[in-house]
Amino acid sequence: MTTAPVDAGRKPATMAQALGRALRDAMADDPAVHVLGEDVGTLGGVFRVTDGLAKEFGEERCTDTPLAEAGILGTAVGMAMYGLRPVVEMQFDAFAYPALEQLVSHVSRMRNRTRGALPMPITVRVPYGGGIGGVEHHSDSSEAYYMATPGLHVVAPATVADAYGLLRAAIASDDPVIFLEPKRLYWSKADWDPDRPEPVPGIGRAVVRRPGTSATLITYGPSVPVCMEAAQAATAEGWDLEVVDLRSLVPFDEETVCASVRRTGRAVVVHESPGFAGPGGEIAARITERCFHHLEAPVLRVAGLDIPYPPPMLEKHHLPGVDRVLDAVARLQWESEWTVDEYESGAR
Amino acid sequence: MTVLEQPGSYRPTPPPAWQPRTDPAPLLPDAEPYRLLGTEAADRLDPELLKRLYGHLVRGRRYNTQATALTRQGRLAVYPSSTGQEACEVAAALALEERDWLFPSYRDTLAAVARGLDPVEALTLLRGDWHTGYDPHEHRIAPLCTPLATQLPHAVGLAHAARLKGDDVVALAMVGDGGTSEGDFHEALNFAAVWRAPVVFLVQNNGFAISVPLAKQTAAPSLAHKAVGYGMPGRLVDGNDAPAVHEVLSEAVRRARAGGGPTLVEAVTYRVDAHTNADDATRYRSDAEVEAWRAHDPIALMEREMTRRSLLDDSVVQAERDAAERMAADLRERMHQDPVLDPMELFAHVYAEQTAQLREQQAQLRAELNAAGEFPDAHGGGPQEGRQR
Repeated sequence: MTTAPVDAGRKPATMAQALGRALRDAMADDPAVHVLGEDVGTLGGVFRVTDGLAKEFGEERCTDTPLAEAGILGTAVGMAMYGLRPVVEMQFDAFAYPALEQLVSHVSRMRNRTRGALPMPITVRVPYGGGIGGVEHHSDSSEAYYMATPGLHVVAPATVADAYGLLRAAIASDDPVIFLEPKRLYWSKADWDPDRPEPVPGIGRAVVRRPGTSATLITYGPSVPVCMEAAQAATAEGWDLEVVDLRSLVPFDEETVCASVRRTGRAVVVHESPGFAGPGGEIAARITERCFHHLEAPVLRVAGLDIPYPPPMLEKHHLPGVDRVLDAVARLQWESEWTVDEYESGAR
Repeated sequence: MTVLEQPGSYRPTPPPAWQPRTDPAPLLPDAEPYRLLGTEAADRLDPELLKRLYGHLVRGRRYNTQATALTRQGRLAVYPSSTGQEACEVAAALALEERDWLFPSYRDTLAAVARGLDPVEALTLLRGDWHTGYDPHEHRIAPLCTPLATQLPHAVGLAHAARLKGDDVVALAMVGDGGTSEGDFHEALNFAAVWRAPVVFLVQNNGFAISVPLAKQTAAPSLAHKAVGYGMPGRLVDGNDAPAVHEVLSEAVRRARAGGGPTLVEAVTYRVDAHTNADDATRYRSDAEVEAWRAHDPIALMEREMTRRSLLDDSVVQAERDAAERMAADLRERMHQDPVLDPMELFAHVYAEQTAQLREQQAQLRAELNAAGEFPDAHGGGPQEGRQR
């Protein structure tokens, strides 16, 4: 007796393909969805995420704009005011900065300023983060700027399935979403059925990628695979690590994070963006405020160094890697007889 | 003999002959600002249009003086007056159809009111009870915009979207001379021209960006000349000549609606009052300069023309002034009523769906206010009730 496997349509797909498929499906479902940005039309984007959209939907739906990020986002505001649902592409993280004024002064506040009369259903796709050997201005992790701006949602997928699901949810959202696409995961692959994509439970829900009991690694975007690898390696040390993929920084899923930390009693936050005044500080503070009596050790952060993004030949020293994550886990006060000096010096 | 001159060696293909992509001559503004009042062309002006413009100008000026008075009485946090610039404000509003959109800057309250916005709702930003106290959809007036020139790309995007949807809607965006130095001015004009978006950009060149005169702002022959660099026509008009501004803007609106693309209009005018009530204009300009512009007052110019054509007598003047006084009295009376504030509304419009963090902060503020005996819980108010509209 033979039965067709349930996942017959699943085949290897990259994150870039899943993102492209999400755009395509969103445009097919809703004529209000318009894609605009630099090189998104004929070329299909420098990362080919928008490949084929101009051909399928016409240049009026997938538009090559002049090279001006404030203009791209500023015109998207007007398009949203007229009932469209713009998806704009900022070609690289560090090229999004000219659009910050439009983002902070208008996109994030228009709904509030007008008592809901002018919502801003705009998705801002930002290829972000390092690890691709990019030259200067091509590897920034700028999520802290966006997180510090009330009115925005900030989302970062880590898997092929989430890339599709979260981008669909972002485009469907009536609020502006900063959609951070980890560049070094663009070509990561997973078995995935484009005709039966798994839904995500909307924006703002974290997911436990790996259940564990010893400690919780809290992370998102490009650092999720790093933490998964670290958790695997940690088993050799006898640690059973839980990995929480936040998926969304704003809204922040405190419930999932705190439930995990209360179970394990220990937490490390891992991200690429600089540690000082970065997302990890906010997350660690919230965990401390909510879970203090469950904690066996201070919440630690493993983050990018507090330096301007380094040249590509030196970036490996900047990016949080498996060893640095495991070092942090080792410092979570596993031995009650550790002295304060030993703990603070990281000697053990 | 060079390598290239040897027989059979590589010779590059000559590039195609260069030619301008657009003939710049038709885009150039006139040498002098366009005028109608005091010229022979004024004879053909429709009397009804003149009367309509005149009534708006008189009420507009009264609005400015009343709003400035309200700052002294503590009823407005600040008011950037457009006295001296009423012709631009009124003409901008009247050049548009109902279905069109106006994108005003913070100095353009008058244009919004002339378009039909409630005079009190137009002032909530400056009173400080809510940033935009009106529904922009009601009269198709975008929020009064404070960050300079940032509303211009919005106008382009809206006009572009309307065109994509097949609606013959035009957007008119207002900006000052200082705003033309901003990057968003450049990006908006460039996008508009490339997309042939149905937009009209009105620059009110009132001589000053707070204290900085135009000479320190630009080295361009005129602000209207900037249009040529984007491939759109630039028009220069006397900004104190209401019928001239109205005609130039109406032509630009017609052209945009017909698919002809955007126009940049520079209206040369003068900010007779200080930047705001908080500014001291005597620090950067002479009384003589202000007096010279007062002699070119937009209302006086209209009265001269209308008197010449026997369209204005004392009774008409008195009737318009009475109407202006009634408007001012109504504004005064309503602005002397305290706005109803609901602190809970601070959390109501940040997101479509409130986040857990905001719910928590709202509960905390509610508890603080209850403890202080200041919360509308005591009299049954909720987040959506009792808000000022």
